[in-house]
Amino acid sequence: MSAQIQIQAKQNIVVVGNGMVGHHFVEQLYKDNDYQITVLSAESRLAYDRVHLSEFFTGKTADDLAMTDVATYEAWGVDFRTNAKVVNIDKANKKVVTATGEEFGYDKLVLATGSYPFVPPIPGKDRDHCLVYRTIEDLHAIENSAKSSKVGVVIGGGLLGLEAANAIKELGLETHVVEFAPQLMGVQVDAGGGAVLRNKIEDLGVQVHTSKATNVIEDGEQCRYKLCFSDDTVLETDLILFSAGIRPYDNLAREFDLEIGERGGITINNQCQTSDADIYAIGECALWNNFIFGLVAPGYAMAKVAAKHICGESESFTGADMSTKLKLMGVEVGSIGDAHGKTAGSLTYTYENQPEGVYKKIVVSSDKSKLLGAVLIGDTSEYDSLLQYMLNGIDLPETPESLILPMGGDKPTLGADSLPDSAMICSCHNVTKGDIIASVDAGATDLPALKSCTKASTGCGGCSALLKDVFETELENRGVEVKKDMCEHFAYSRRELFDLIKVEKIKTFDELLDKHGSGLGCEICKPTTASILASVYNEYILEKLHLPLQDSNDNFLANLQKDGTYSVVPRIPGGEITPEKLIVIGEVAKKYALYTKITGGQRIDMFGARVEQLPLIWQELIDAGFETGHAYGKSLRTVKSCVGETWCRFGVKDSLSMALYLENRYKGLRSPHKIKFAVSGCTRECAEAQSKDIGVIATENGWNLYVCGNGGMRPRHGDLFATDLDDATLIQYIDRVLMFYVKTADRLQRTSVWLESLEGGLEYLQKVIIDDSLELAGELENQMKVIADSYQCEWKTTLADPEAMKRFKSFVNSDDSDSNIQFVTEREQIRPAREEERIPVIFDPS
Amino acid sequence: MEFTNDKQADKNWIKVCSEQDLVKDAGVCALINDQQIAIFHLEKAEQKLFAVGNFDPIGKANVIYRGIVGSINDEPVVASPLYKQHFSLLTGQCLQDEASNVPVYLVRVQSGEVQLFV
Repeated sequence: MSAQIQIQAKQNIVVVGNGMVGHHFVEQLYKDNDYQITVLSAESRLAYDRVHLSEFFTGKTADDLAMTDVATYEAWGVDFRTNAKVVNIDKANKKVVTATGEEFGYDKLVLATGSYPFVPPIPGKDRDHCLVYRTIEDLHAIENSAKSSKVGVVIGGGLLGLEAANAIKELGLETHVVEFAPQLMGVQVDAGGGAVLRNKIEDLGVQVHTSKATNVIEDGEQCRYKLCFSDDTVLETDLILFSAGIRPYDNLAREFDLEIGERGGITINNQCQTSDADIYAIGECALWNNFIFGLVAPGYAMAKVAAKHICGESESFTGADMSTKLKLMGVEVGSIGDAHGKTAGSLTYTYENQPEGVYKKIVVSSDKSKLLGAVLIGDTSEYDSLLQYMLNGIDLPETPESLILPMGGDKPTLGADSLPDSAMICSCHNVTKGDIIASVDAGATDLPALKSCTKASTGCGGCSALLKDVFETELENRGVEVKKDMCEHFAYSRRELFDLIKVEKIKTFDELLDKHGSGLGCEICKPTTASILASVYNEYILEKLHLPLQDSNDNFLANLQKDGTYSVVPRIPGGEITPEKLIVIGEVAKKYALYTKITGGQRIDMFGARVEQLPLIWQELIDAGFETGHAYGKSLRTVKSCVGETWCRFGVKDSLSMALYLENRYKGLRSPHKIKFAVSGCTRECAEAQSKDIGVIATENGWNLYVCGNGGMRPRHGDLFATDLDDATLIQYIDRVLMFYVKTADRLQRTSVWLESLEGGLEYLQKVIIDDSLELAGELENQMKVIADSYQCEWKTTLADPEAMKRFKSFVNSDDSDSNIQFVTEREQIRPAREEERIPVIFDPS
Repeated sequence: MEFTNDKQADKNWIKVCSEQDLVKDAGVCALINDQQIAIFHLEKAEQKLFAVGNFDPIGKANVIYRGIVGSINDEPVVASPLYKQHFSLLTGQCLQDEASNVPVYLVRVQSGEVQLFV
């Protein structure tokens, strides 16, 4: 073949379905120029993350869940059609036809059609408000239905059913789970674990009904419907969600004569080929060895095998590990291998702690040398190492029970070094320890680089802690030191400096520099030290010894603008202000000819103040009862709020009073970066609390606390941290979270990035704050009390301190103003003159 | 620093302020014949007093005296408060941008009086 013919002979690969697995297949093949890929999706949108679908109700949007987009596919040269349902496979002429009549010829056809939720044939199942939980469209339907519903029932108590139950609970409905079997999650969990799981879930306010078969759905008396069970009991509900398992979308195979299994599923061989060698099937539509894999990792493995086989490589799909770790409504659940102990001769060890709601079981081989399976409820901290024991056939310690017993520091741990190179670290993307070593050898020296070249930990993310451990161990083995120095003057991270200052009771920068640093310091270590000193001792920041450490904003207690002037922001807690105070701001701005603008944090910013005007302006503001707004500091900015139940027809709590309390409690707290709060009076969330560092949303039963959200440059939805808190607990948690952040975050690290950098993430933070796993809660609260008790308005202190006032002059030897500052008028207010608008300042050196 | 004899001939030591007006480990600004000159007092450095032009050539505003002082590789520097570039207090050179610098002035204390040579 000549080169030209080869180009013409580019093979057409048609992929039917663009779910997670279909998309993964595209990812495997798009780089290879020998193939032209065409994706035909019956859905209206391209691939999105169904594993994290429930996060749609905790703030994630369809865009957040998207795994690809039009631009990416275009850049990859992938031809794609959405709303393109394939209705015909013409095997003889090797082409497929869509519902709109479009034809696509193929050399190889890949069916990744996925599955659909099974709805049991119960009379009444097709009525309105009887829904399923599978696609983003389903979620929209659930959300709509919930608006006119008070009670919701999920039929099916498996993994997906419980996720669905969580979703409707999040929507504020009284939630029930109805399960046919005598226990929850019967596939992954044994009876003992199922019972503990049930207790925990019921504690969270979800009612569980097991051994219930639904006969019929009828009109209800109190609610829209009534479920009638075979034991003559009934359950009233407004919304019904079916989650009774999945069925493969195999209708194309059925209609066009590809072999299918007895109970459905497109039969495939070890290369993922169907009965027609040019047609592959992957993911949940495929039946391998009479088994349908309903998890994403095996689907990904099939996608890889099919792509390799098309390229002429011989790789085989030989089944997949179905171990899984997840968190359902805040309850940790882990299932590994032979969870039910079905292997002949297997033995089990069980640990149960009823008060704590923890259940752990391991299944071992008859000679007690190998781990076969495990069930973990309430605490999955041992999941990673147990999984490694099982997957790699690592010899168990002499007393296997030590792996799950709470024994303090004596627990045998499986270090990264003890794993064989074949150890599977990330099962979503099939990354072994050997792959990680190869990447490190090829030059990956930080985690982001490693993740982008191996894709490890970018699927479900369950392996992140293990990945970090393996990665850092490998770096250490190569003598690479992970450098965390703040700057050339201190070989410490901010967190280490914080501890040094606290433990050694260091009170000045010079003392810190003498003891632990070198040189004269710089604009990085000085403000950082000032911030730590303020967090620990909360002394007046313009105190003589601290003043030289402050950034210009803190130094002049105002925000430096591009022309050298400052802006002034008085505190307006919760955005609530009297007409009298509004008039004062207006009069001050008018008197000093300042530009005014409403900020995003419900305050008023006044721009264009010269250094020497700042004390005059502040004297007037303080006389009128204002305080500094700390807009210049790395500290609490505002607590944004809606008016709450006081005025609003929909509010369920007094959000404004809570916002005022929070703002007054935390004002003045110095932190690694600025902190923003918001409080909303109902789930309509008008204060946008989920985009704040600390977000509080009123519920019928208390407050929901969201943490570590962010707007701005890198938006992040806050994570739901705890629900239905009373006032005291809410404050207690916020005290602890904030102080833990102040204590451990890096310099200029917002809470969002901080949380993501915490090993163990949200779960870990919850343990530290709620369960007090580090026994730190008391100290954190005391520290916050010290800060709250020692609050002072920095402007009030400054105006009373002649020494500090000396700084507020443009010149040390003259009362003149800086003639370089020039304004022009635009929309009836001042703004800095642009270069071409400036009037030249005549400078005569004589 | 290089001064030609001609130029030096026109220059004099001019009183700016008293020693007490300086701020330890920070800057003040002097206005002399419409020139703005930032004066820094670095207590821990070998040389204690430095004077450079107050105009930030990158941010194009008179703000240098409000910057944080310190050292980079043992060279005393001030970081512009606008965009944080470092200017050497010895040479006026910007460490991040070869084309930018601030003028450097001689400064001394004589019987409690801070004086600039301009």
